[in-house]
Amino acid sequence: MDAIERDLLQKVADLHDVPEGAYNIRENGQSVARSSTKNIEIVTKTEEGKPGIDIIIQPYTKNQSVHIPVILSKSGLKESVYNDFYIGEGADVLIIAGCGIHNCGNQNSEHSGIHTFHVGKNAKIKYVEKHYAQGEGTGEKIMNPTTEIYIDEGGSMEMETTQIKGVDSTKRITTAKLAKNASLVVKEKLYTHGKQTATTDFTVDLDGEGSSADLVSRSVAAENSHQAFTAVINGNNKCTGHSECDAIVMDNATVTALPALTANNVDAELIHEAAIGKIAGEQLIKLMSLGLDEAQAEEYIIQGFLK
Amino acid sequence: MLELKHVSFTAKDEQNKDGGKEILHDVNLTVTERFVALTGPNGGGKSTLAKIIAGIYQPTSGQILFNGEDITSLSITERAKKGISFAFQQPVRFKGITVKDLLTIASDKKLSVSEACHYLSEVGLCAREYVNREVNASLSGGELKRIEIATILARGTALSVFDEPEAGIDLWSFNSLIKVFENLHQKINGSILIISHQERILNIADRIIVLADGRVTKTGGREILPELLSGSRPKTCAVLTGEGV
Ligand SMILES: Nc1ncnc2c1ncn2[C@@H]1O[C@H](COP(=O)(O)OP(=O)(O)O)[C@@H](O)[C@H]1O
Ligand SMILES: [Mg+2]
Repeated sequence: MDAIERDLLQKVADLHDVPEGAYNIRENGQSVARSSTKNIEIVTKTEEGKPGIDIIIQPYTKNQSVHIPVILSKSGLKESVYNDFYIGEGADVLIIAGCGIHNCGNQNSEHSGIHTFHVGKNAKIKYVEKHYAQGEGTGEKIMNPTTEIYIDEGGSMEMETTQIKGVDSTKRITTAKLAKNASLVVKEKLYTHGKQTATTDFTVDLDGEGSSADLVSRSVAAENSHQAFTAVINGNNKCTGHSECDAIVMDNATVTALPALTANNVDAELIHEAAIGKIAGEQLIKLMSLGLDEAQAEEYIIQGFLK
Repeated sequence: MLELKHVSFTAKDEQNKDGGKEILHDVNLTVTERFVALTGPNGGGKSTLAKIIAGIYQPTSGQILFNGEDITSLSITERAKKGISFAFQQPVRFKGITVKDLLTIASDKKLSVSEACHYLSEVGLCAREYVNREVNASLSGGELKRIEIATILARGTALSVFDEPEAGIDLWSFNSLIKVFENLHQKINGSILIISHQERILNIADRIIVLADGRVTKTGGREILPELLSGSRPKTCAVLTGEGV
């Protein structure tokens, strides 16, 4: 692994070295390092035309982590990868994924990660996903993460997804189906600049009685970038659903937020909040009156907002 | 140290480009004493004057001198760096910025937790509970006001302007706040300009300035206080009071 690759790995997975616990590191279309543990098994998919891995987590596995970072450092690579997680009943684990692209060539690099989560009964997972790209080449850096979530009775999932820099185009699709008393929390953080585009689509079906979903997106769109945020929540039972889109627009950037709430049950309680606007003038004035110049104040406010 | 010469200010009117309302008329004042209180009826122009001093508004005419230097055309940042601090009447909220972040910016150096806590305890906040909290909508009005005052203490500049610091602060804390203002002068060896309606604050002022209807209508030492307090309510509306009709 060279310096660029090590840097990418650090940015997307906070990894300096091979991680503890189970892991699979994918580099330029190939699995380059893998480790299973007693309770967490990682196996290559055998299905034709469906590259990727299955991650099988035994019931009641606790306090363990799985790292599955992906790195693309060759220009012009285009791949779709299927990763399926099977999380056993009562397990409690941390899963860290992430994709880093370094593209210094003139061909597009593109990674589409299709992650499917089968969260077992009363299982609890935290899923952290970071996207980052760099490289001076004219080739675009494209990432299209798809996340399919199925949460069984009493199970819960917390998903943190972050894209901070460098990704030219992204289409982020997340769907979830929740059974009785299952819960889902999603926290998205997004920063776009240049001519980047980012599309976020959430569709959540609250099928089970007592299920709940909380989708929160905080984003900053700068320069000439464009973001579109759609959150569809269907309350099909007695349930609670909340979605929130909080965006700062700067320069010539544009942001669209489209909420869609459907109550198919009289006991479904659904809320949507969306706030889009430029940085509040009084926030800039306050920080300037403490001695920062306007550019520093702006940077401080954005950093805090996306923290 | 601070001197305003013939300062007038007309607020821009979006509908009527030529018109607009004159909020300050030919205001002359100096702040050389340790502690100057600015008082007067609501809507008299006190907050507007404070914003003109901080550089948030530009006067339509007139001049502002700070330590003899003309700062009329300087930006908010430049004035802050020259030693002017301003505590807002309505403090600003931020998502994701913590109390410690604000205190760090204000003190312009890396701040240890114990230093940050020190400023918070001075304004009567139980420091540990607040230092890592976000300065967002979860804080009450009174808490925000105190944090605002703490940032001004952390700056410790030659001139500190406070706009109605007592608003929203309970009586018990108010007593210790008075001490904070009294001590501040010694610590920073500078001046305090405090906008207030509170007798207790006017009482510790070296000089009181009354601003009504955009004009300085009275100025003097503590001795003018009884007259101010016993005086009739300011004439706000001649039609309503039947005067001048
Ligand atoms: N930006 C503005 N545009 C128009 N009118 C304003 C503006 N700011 C303040 N005013 C008006 O100027 C007057 C003085 O306001 P202010 O300085 O806030 O008074 P005070 O702080 O003494 O209560 C009020 O009548 C207020 O409505
Ligand atoms: Mg005021």
